[in-house]
Amino acid sequence: MTATHSLLVSSLRLGYGDRTVIESLDLTLPPGKITAIVGANACGKSTLLRSMSRLLAPRAGHVLLDGREVHKMPAKELARTLGLLPQSPVAPEGITVSDLVGRGRNPHQRLLSRWSREDDAAVAAALDATHTADLADRSVDELSGGQRQRVWIAMALAQQTDLLLLDEPTTFLDVSHQVEVLDLLTDLNRNRGTTIVMVLHDLNMAARYADHLIALADGKLHAAGEPSAVLTEDCVRAVFGLDSQVITDPTSGKPLMLPLGRHHVAITRP
Amino acid sequence: MSTSLSPTLAAVTGSRVRRSRRRALVIGLLATLVVAAYGVNLMVGETFYPPSEIWRVILGETVPGASFTVGELRLPRATLAALAGFCFGMGGVTFQTMLRNPLASPDVIGITSGASAAAAFAIVVLGLTETGVSAFAIGAGLAVAIIVYTLSFRDGVAGTRLILIGIGIAAMLDSATAYVLSQAAQWDLQQAQRWLTGSLNGATWDETAQVALALLVLGPLLLGQARNLFMLQLGDDTAAALGVRLERTRIVVIVAAVGLLAFATAATGPIAFVAFLSGPIAARIIGSAGSLLVPAGLVGALLVLVADLIGQYAFDIRYPVGVVTGVLGAPYLVYLLIRTNRAGGSL
Repeated sequence: MTATHSLLVSSLRLGYGDRTVIESLDLTLPPGKITAIVGANACGKSTLLRSMSRLLAPRAGHVLLDGREVHKMPAKELARTLGLLPQSPVAPEGITVSDLVGRGRNPHQRLLSRWSREDDAAVAAALDATHTADLADRSVDELSGGQRQRVWIAMALAQQTDLLLLDEPTTFLDVSHQVEVLDLLTDLNRNRGTTIVMVLHDLNMAARYADHLIALADGKLHAAGEPSAVLTEDCVRAVFGLDSQVITDPTSGKPLMLPLGRHHVAITRP
Repeated sequence: MSTSLSPTLAAVTGSRVRRSRRRALVIGLLATLVVAAYGVNLMVGETFYPPSEIWRVILGETVPGASFTVGELRLPRATLAALAGFCFGMGGVTFQTMLRNPLASPDVIGITSGASAAAAFAIVVLGLTETGVSAFAIGAGLAVAIIVYTLSFRDGVAGTRLILIGIGIAAMLDSATAYVLSQAAQWDLQQAQRWLTGSLNGATWDETAQVALALLVLGPLLLGQARNLFMLQLGDDTAAALGVRLERTRIVVIVAAVGLLAFATAATGPIAFVAFLSGPIAARIIGSAGSLLVPAGLVGALLVLVADLIGQYAFDIRYPVGVVTGVLGAPYLVYLLIRTNRAGGSL
C-alpha cells in the first residue's frame, strides 16, 4: 500500500502567452481515490494537469503536494511521488517495450548509479500488472493502440509513484480497450492505493470509473464531488451547452448521460 | 504477482543484460575500427611506413624521412581528423536527440555554418590566430543557435519550423563565408576549401591541441547530461514528468555541443554532414539502448578518418575531406526529406 498524499491547488491561475486558461481555481484531490476531470474542449483540463505535475508554472496561486509547492520541489523528488502520462507521448523510433518501461525508473537513478535489482523488479512488476510481459522484447512501433497505451501506463507504473496523473488515457482507443485501460487503473487504485487523477472526454466512462468527479467550465470549477451529485442535466447544460437526460446506469448504478440532440430524440425536451 | 522467481523478472534482467553486452561490444568494435583507421592514415601516403617505424616516431626517436612525414604531417592530420570527427558526431547527435529529428543536425540548421563564417571572418578580415578564431567561432555558433531557436519559437518549438529557418540561416551564412573569402588579400584556394566544405590540409599540432582540450572539457560536461538527453527522446512533457529539468538540461547541452562543434569547425572548417550522419548511423548499429553520445562520436571519428583516406588517395586528384563526406551525406539528406514528405511533415 502506498502512503497517502494531499494534492491541492489554491487560487491557481494558468495561461499560455497572453491567454489566460484557468482563472483562480481551488481544488482538493481526494487521496487514495480515482478522480476524473471533465469539461468541454479547451476548458483547461490538460493545462491543469500539466501544472499539477510541474510542467507549467502558475501565473498566480499554488499547487501544493503535502503542503509543499510542486514548482519549488526538486524535479526528481517530485517525480518519485507524482507521475504524469501526457496525452500523446512519443516513443523514439525502434525502442523496445522493456526499454521504454525501464525509462520510468529515471527518477530513482542517480547520475552514475548502475541499473539495480530494484529497477529490474519494478519494470517486471509493471509489465505483469499491465499484461504486457509477453510484449517486452517487441518494438513499440509494432504495437496496436491499446497495447501501446498499456505499455505507456507500464512505464508510469515503473516510476512507482503514489499519485498518477493521466491526460486522456483512453483517447483513440476502441471501447473494449477503453474499458481495459480503465479497469487496469482501477486495479492499481484498489490494489496499491495509488491516487489517480485523469482527464477524460467520455462523461459516462468518467462517471462509472471515478470516485470523484470534477467538472470545469471556462477555466472555472463548475462542480466537484461524487459522480451522482455532479453529473446532472443542469451540469451538462452548463459545462457543455448540451441538453441531456441523465438516468441511472442499470449495470453500475452510476449516472448515465444521454445527449438530446436535434434529431432522433423521441421525448419532449425539458 | 511478482515474486523473486517471477519469469517476467528473469526475462527483464536477461534482456537488459543482453542489451548492455551488445552495446559494450558495438562500442568496443567501433573503437577498434577508429584505432585501425587512425593507424592506416599514419602508414599510407606517398611513402608507406610500417607500424614499427611509426611506433618509433611516436616514441620520439628520430627516423629519417618518417620523423618529418609521420611526425609533422600525418600524425597531426590523423589526430585532428579523429578528434574533430568525434566532436562533430557527438555535437550532431546531441541536437538530433534534443530536437527529436535527424534533420535538426547542426550542419543543417546553420550552427556549423555560423562557426565557419565567423572563423573565416576572424582570419581573413581581423587577422586573428587560433584562440581568437575559436572564440569567434563559438560565439557565432551560440548566436546562431539562439537566433534559430528564437525565430522558430511560437508556443514551443516545432521541429519542422526550426529546421526550415535553420536551413535559410545556413544558406545566408554560407554566402557570407564566400563573400569574406572573396575579400581575402591573397586568395588561397586551400583556405577557401576549408571554410566552405572542411579540410584537414595543413593541420598543425596547435589546432589539434585546441580541439583535444575542448573535447576534454566539454565532452565530460555533455556526457554528464547523457541520461537527461536520453530521456528527452520521450518528448519534453514525459521527460519532465520523469524528473528531467528541461531548461537546465537544454542550456548545458546546447553550450557544450556548440562548443565542441565550434572548436572542431575552427580547426577543420565545417566538414560536411559528419554531424548529420554520425547519430543516425550509430542509432542504426546500436539500437535504442542507452545514450548515443559516445557511439556517434566514434562513428564521426571513423567517418572523417576514412573519408580523408579516400579523398587523398582513392583518386588521381586529392579532394578535401569535406567533399567526400558531402558526397556520402547528401543522398541521406535527400532520403530523409523524401521520407518526411511521405510522413506528412513529421519524422
